[in-house]
Amino acid sequence: MSAKAEIEIIEAYCKGCSICVEFCPTKVLEMDAFVVRVANADACIACNQCELRCPDFAIKVHKLS
Amino acid sequence: MAKKIALLQGNEACAQGALYAGCNFFGGYPITPSTEVAEVMAGELPKVGGKFIQMEDEIGAMASVIGAALAGSKALTATSGPGASLKQELIGYACIAEVPCVIVNVMRGGPSTGMPTGPGQSDVMQARWGTHGDHAAIALCPSSCQEIFSETVRAFNLAEKYRMPVQVLFDEIVGHMRERIEFPEPGELEVINRAKPSVTPEQYKPYDTSFGNVPPLAAYGSEYRFHVTGLNKAEDGFPTTKASLVDAEERRQIFKVECDEARADVESNEEYLTEDAEVIIFAYGSTSRSARYAVNELRSQGVKAGLFRPITLWPFPEKRVAQLGEQAKGMVVAEMNLGQMVFEVERIVKNTCKLGRVNRVDGEPINPTEIMNQVKEVL
Amino acid sequence: MAYDYEKSIRPGKLPHIWCPGCGHGIVMKGLIRAIDSCGLQKNETAIVSGIGCASRLPGYMDFNTLHTAHGRAAAFATGIKMARPDMKVICCGGDGDGAAIGGNHFIHACRRNIDMTYVLMNNFIYGMTGGQFSSSTPTGDKASTTPYGNPDPAFDLAKLAIGAGATFVARTTAFHATQIDKLIAEGIKHKGMAIIEVLDDCPTTYGRRNKFRSVVDMMKRLKDIAVPVTAAAKMTPEQLEGKILTGVLHKEDRPEYCEQYAKVIERAQGV
Repeated sequence: MSAKAEIEIIEAYCKGCSICVEFCPTKVLEMDAFVVRVANADACIACNQCELRCPDFAIKVHKLS
Repeated sequence: MAKKIALLQGNEACAQGALYAGCNFFGGYPITPSTEVAEVMAGELPKVGGKFIQMEDEIGAMASVIGAALAGSKALTATSGPGASLKQELIGYACIAEVPCVIVNVMRGGPSTGMPTGPGQSDVMQARWGTHGDHAAIALCPSSCQEIFSETVRAFNLAEKYRMPVQVLFDEIVGHMRERIEFPEPGELEVINRAKPSVTPEQYKPYDTSFGNVPPLAAYGSEYRFHVTGLNKAEDGFPTTKASLVDAEERRQIFKVECDEARADVESNEEYLTEDAEVIIFAYGSTSRSARYAVNELRSQGVKAGLFRPITLWPFPEKRVAQLGEQAKGMVVAEMNLGQMVFEVERIVKNTCKLGRVNRVDGEPINPTEIMNQVKEVL
Repeated sequence: MAYDYEKSIRPGKLPHIWCPGCGHGIVMKGLIRAIDSCGLQKNETAIVSGIGCASRLPGYMDFNTLHTAHGRAAAFATGIKMARPDMKVICCGGDGDGAAIGGNHFIHACRRNIDMTYVLMNNFIYGMTGGQFSSSTPTGDKASTTPYGNPDPAFDLAKLAIGAGATFVARTTAFHATQIDKLIAEGIKHKGMAIIEVLDDCPTTYGRRNKFRSVVDMMKRLKDIAVPVTAAAKMTPEQLEGKILTGVLHKEDRPEYCEQYAKVIERAQGV
């Protein structure tokens, strides 16, 4: 499976709430101490849920064409 | 061409003065004895394309005035005792955010509901210290219908020039009294509009002190856009808790009104027979009319009496009152409250002369005899 | 490319002050997308708030912004809109700010049907002051000032807005991110008073006192209690117990206030 999008994490903005990790349908993200990180990039289906629900403007989902 | 002459109530004269000054927004709430100001504005503003809104309460009225002023309007509200109390927080907002606007307070008795249809002069300290926190205040106190007109114009001018709320205080007697008014021709009285920014939108900061103590204010909806808050702020308008910035901004906002140059510009007093006076009657608003009568009576009895009438109550005319305190043997402060401005006079004259006072809070005007009796006490 | 939020945010203002997991940031993103989709111009738009966590929102937004006093957003905004009816005016703030201390301005702005959009972020608590109960805290819940459970009944803010006369009333939650911008955009396009209530989470002062173990728990609850109005029509009262309706709850056409005042001007001028 190949990634449908590239996920950019702006670590300086991330407050570690883990909303994105929980609601990612394909478990792309995980918490690394208090900051989110991309753990399973290939599984991304570009649904954008993590970006939409990130309260901290810390996630950008760049769709790959 | 003959001037337009009318028989107007003080409150009506106030509304006419506001219109002369270019007021184009009124936000109000009905309250005795100021309501006629709103009633005239409701009728007149739409004729000139201005906006009148009766808000849901006194606080909302003050809020709408500040909002409209930030959108570029010359905005007015009018109220009385209880309403003035409700407006205090947002008067403070206009102070710290530096929003030009005019608040008219037609003074009745108090505290609380007090005597809604009776006159009072018991809001003069509220006009100075009513809102919380340190701040400067400008309050004007006319004593005739003609002067209500011209002082309302001046209130707008000072609000625009110093970028702050200005209060016009007059007691119910002057507010409801009818007198002959001569309407000034357009241009006869100076009308000042706020300084516009001269910098580019990218360079604009709403509290940029490089333009002096009164930074130019842009309008919402213009080519400039900016942030306004009631928090202590830096010159870019955004909140700060940095001690040096908070201190500098707070001091500037007071200094802009209380520096010598501004005081000389803002202060306005009337003196009657004070040149050789041995006793000075300090009175303002309708009380000064009784005081003038008393001065004439006393003079006819051989007493060298004079009247000092502050038209600008705040900033307080410290220099001149101190001089008169040195000159006179006694000073009598007459006011329709239980002693407010008398403490300010006392603070300034110290023990240089004997101080007497006449106070009434029963809804009746102070009569000349009461003043004359007190004058004889201090001589 | 990812959606560019920064174009609507003032440079250097992020990260924002909101706590980890606070939904206000999700709402702000929705507001940005809504403003963008409606094509509002920065100089012609004013964003007005009161006091509280949610009311810090305008400071981040690169528009004409006004952070007023507690509860007064709608009244300040009314002054701006009356002075400049050509401007777009958006209010935002929290439940305590808008409906308790600001309740009078809120209902009267609804009654006038003045053309504004009010994004009401309801997190059921006074967050900034440390978690006191608000007029929308559910009965029985814990807050710092209801240590034995809240004895007060709560406002249904959407019903309050409808009852007061708002002509567009919608509700969603911070979990339903895509619905936030759709509803706000619909509110912006609506001529008249548009209220968009967004049920929000305050993990710091509400969640921890009310048995939510995490931000995620709070988000899941918002997901679980939300029932779209369309679905609710087919549900029994028992099934709707404890649920909250989302979507457009009310929409009507009624004369807008500034247009009505324009007619006053015409009458006064004898046009």
